[in-house]
Amino acid sequence: MSEIKARAEKSKDKKAALGTDLELAEFSRQGGKWEYDPDYGRFSPEERTHLLRAGIELTDVDHAGTFLQADTAVVHCQANQPGVEVLPITEALKTHDWAADLLWRLVAVDADKYTARTELELDNGYFIRALPGALVEQPVESCLYLRTDRFAQHVHNLVVVEPGAQLHIITGCTTHPGVNSGLHVGVSEFYVKAGGRLSFTMIHNWGQDIHVRPRTGVRVEEGGSFVSNYILLRPVKTVQMYPTVTLAGEGAVASLNSIAIAHPGSEIDMGGRVILQAPRTRAEIIARTISTGGASISRGHLVGLEPEIKAHLECRGLILAPTGYIYAVPELEGRVSGVDMSHEAAVGRIAAEEIEYLMARGLDEEEAVSTIVRGFLRVKIEGLPPALEEEIENAIRETGKGM
Amino acid sequence: MLRIEDLWVSIDGKEVLRGINLAIPQGETHILFGKNGSGKSTLLMAIMGFSRYQVTKGRIFFLDQDITHLPTFERARLGLGLSFQRPPTIRGVKAGDILSACARGRVSYQALAAAYDFTRFLDREVNYGFSGGEIKRSELLQLLAQDPKMVLLDEPESGVDLENLEVVGEIIGRLLQKDRRRHHRDKSGLIITHTGFIMDYINADKGYILLEGRLLCSGNPRDILQDIKKFGYEECTRCRR
Repeated sequence: MSEIKARAEKSKDKKAALGTDLELAEFSRQGGKWEYDPDYGRFSPEERTHLLRAGIELTDVDHAGTFLQADTAVVHCQANQPGVEVLPITEALKTHDWAADLLWRLVAVDADKYTARTELELDNGYFIRALPGALVEQPVESCLYLRTDRFAQHVHNLVVVEPGAQLHIITGCTTHPGVNSGLHVGVSEFYVKAGGRLSFTMIHNWGQDIHVRPRTGVRVEEGGSFVSNYILLRPVKTVQMYPTVTLAGEGAVASLNSIAIAHPGSEIDMGGRVILQAPRTRAEIIARTISTGGASISRGHLVGLEPEIKAHLECRGLILAPTGYIYAVPELEGRVSGVDMSHEAAVGRIAAEEIEYLMARGLDEEEAVSTIVRGFLRVKIEGLPPALEEEIENAIRETGKGM
Repeated sequence: MLRIEDLWVSIDGKEVLRGINLAIPQGETHILFGKNGSGKSTLLMAIMGFSRYQVTKGRIFFLDQDITHLPTFERARLGLGLSFQRPPTIRGVKAGDILSACARGRVSYQALAAAYDFTRFLDREVNYGFSGGEIKRSELLQLLAQDPKMVLLDEPESGVDLENLEVVGEIIGRLLQKDRRRHHRDKSGLIITHTGFIMDYINADKGYILLEGRLLCSGNPRDILQDIKKFGYEECTRCRR
């Protein structure tokens, strides 16, 4: 048994440091047998609509590559442009002998039972790579899809942006309209090499009894840049995630943006950590959370290990229901002199004077609240297809209604 | 157009306005003078129907309709428009979003912004980091887009630098149809001013002094301003007695 497997075996029941503990035996490991679908012909209109809510357009047009995995089965996977590789991770491990060395370097296999189970019972995942110097303008679209009720999906994703390359990824994670419960565990390791640029937009559109445990590690080398956008607007049972980005090379930059709505019954424990371990690195974490009755814990942690680094953290929350709960935990950790780190955290409600200001312009109360909520959630998100932007706008608009 | 009968207004249980009577016919603009804390802004806010301003007695009529208990947005849709002295900042909501909401597709808010050198502010969060003059321009452009029949202006010149004063004056003149002959004007206004500067840009028909929640003298607004400058508000109180 390899050392990694041995560590995983030892940790397969290890409770995670954060989030509600899940009893894994309550989930099924029997996913459906879904066939490869080269032209997306097997998706019903209802499924297509549902997938679009997670930003998935089901087309190879205008996408540099596409990857779609339903339960354990890769049902669509191809690169549409030169300079991009898109493969199931199991294929990539056969094609590139170096790929295995990149796994479990940025996320510890024995972090908790979710990482351990992913190693022990892998259901595939994606491998996306931008070749050296490739400037890939169109986004690669990937989708991790729960198509069977009660299924626990374990995927391991690897993204490599080679030196000087540029890559945009849009990942949509969602369930089949008929799936009510399940677990998604996604281990993701992203390598941004010197001068590379990666934007990663993740849209979650789960069901109200779905549990989600992403485990993400990112390493950015000299002059590289990483932008992450996370969007969760619809109900989910629990989400716990705390991606860690290491800015390992001089001048590397990271920006982590997230917007989330905790609906009644939802528990969202969402964080982000950036370790600035090289000179002149810069980082920004921006989180906007709304509680309409659910619980939201918004964490952020900046670690400055070198002088002349600059980092800012912003957590803002709005509670729009009497039973809502938002807990903001901003942490700044400077370990040398000469670091420049700041944070801004605020949890509150919409001020009556803001609503009335808009009402004085002719907006009714619902329109006014919706406008304010939409503004609150507006974080500059780059590289989204228009249909997705519209979907986000619609979801935000719906959220604003009736508050 | 606007008629106020024996209006009493309280804020958090404290009486601020005590029996205001006022009538502003169509096409006329009236000016409200008064010391800080006399209740001028309260009167405008009460006309607009904001929740903090509790009408305990009296009636407000607009276009012959009793609007005393109408929600703010319905008053706005009827044709009342207010420029705030200190509007709130709404994070994430762009100046352009609000202008667009005011215009409701009836006019091009982009063209209005372009006409008053405001285009570069459209994508900025409304009032966030705006200077005094920029705030007023934003407020007045919203009114232009809204095109109200009755314009309520709360100290439109306060905090405005010289460079912006002229633009502010021009927009107000346009809102109140300064260039039209009196009988062709159909817009009315009620303006709070300390300096009287704004009277160079509009046709002010009547002035009042508000003191301790009561309207005292009324008359030619320029004369009233002269008297205030010469004798101060205290003299006005004595004069009234």
